Amino acid sequence: MTDKKEFWRWKEYRWHDETMDWKNADIISTGVDIGSVSSQAVILVDGKLYAFSNQRTGSDSPESANQAINWAMENTGMTLDDIHYSVGTGYGRVNVPFADKAITEIACHARGGNFMYGPSVRTILDMGGQDCKAIRCDEKGKVEAFLMNDKCAAGTGRGMEVFADLLSVPIEEVGELSLSVEEEPEPVSSTCVVFAKSEASALLREGWPKHKVLAAYCAAMAHRIVTLLERIDVQRDFAITGGIAKNSGVVKRLEKELGLEALKSTYDSQIAGALGGALFARALETKRRKS
Amino acid sequence: MIANYGYKNGSGDFFIAIDTDKCDGCGDCVSACPNNVFVVGEDPNDPLRDEPVAMVGEEHRKKLKYTCAPCKPDRDRSALACVAACKPLAISHSW
Repeated sequence: MTDKKEFWRWKEYRWHDETMDWKNADIISTGVDIGSVSSQAVILVDGKLYAFSNQRTGSDSPESANQAINWAMENTGMTLDDIHYSVGTGYGRVNVPFADKAITEIACHARGGNFMYGPSVRTILDMGGQDCKAIRCDEKGKVEAFLMNDKCAAGTGRGMEVFADLLSVPIEEVGELSLSVEEEPEPVSSTCVVFAKSEASALLREGWPKHKVLAAYCAAMAHRIVTLLERIDVQRDFAITGGIAKNSGVVKRLEKELGLEALKSTYDSQIAGALGGALFARALETKRRKS
Repeated sequence: MIANYGYKNGSGDFFIAIDTDKCDGCGDCVSACPNNVFVVGEDPNDPLRDEPVAMVGEEHRKKLKYTCAPCKPDRDRSALACVAACKPLAISHSW
């Protein structure tokens, strides 16, 4: 039997700024975001992005945290002892062994989003692996209102992974492919992953092509998020963080339904939480030194 | 900050909203709630805030519809204990 291709599997990667010298830095701070599906570590040197890693979360949160930070530090010569302050965030935030403090991903995404998209951001939608958070923040990235839907995996990255696998479409290509439909199909009636999957199977049997099924699912996901956003009063500017921000099929439909365009960033949307954690770590280290 | 705890599902919106700018962390809601929904502690969503704040306990966030049901009979409903106990008027329910 040949190996089954894992269509849901997205690329794990790391990056560091080779031009930067961290050895004379005043404050080295890190944020580690242990999500339900993916984990990120971000290292800031005096408030500037120095390195990050992005990988899947394993079954063991402390181990995932160690792996994430070690991968981010790879080939940099940096060790855990060089880091002044670490913040853990995400689902597994209390399980980050080297963290000085755990902060919720809500606060971290607001802070990270503010850094990534600039101070004009007022509404941040974090579309994660197993939950979805809507956050309104001020020009400093302080949270003004938030709403989280963590009851089920409907309308989240994990649901999209299931669909990629069902239709044998690599996860990175789902968005573009779903946009190639000539006419928007009716959204699937449920975003519950289990129900939507059986509905999609029925549609395939009826002869629907893959891109049409994906369009119906992306549209259903976008619609569910819009109804969630109603509660927190979406204000401009609007930005999306998390893995689903990379899925143009959901983003475009969301923008259309909201009548708002999401800001673009040169940063990876998945690191927002860890980046916010690292920014808090820097602020907390500064506070600690003063006291 | 308006902290919305709870969820939305097929049967409706079930959120308890706490205005953390109004909340002074007094803890009156903690003792008023018959089902121990509230806890007071360090604000996990605002790490730079020094004052304690009320929030909905982690274990109740996914089942508020059921946890709060005893206080929400179909008829002859009196004021919700948590809402009535909160002097700064920081608590509201979405349903």
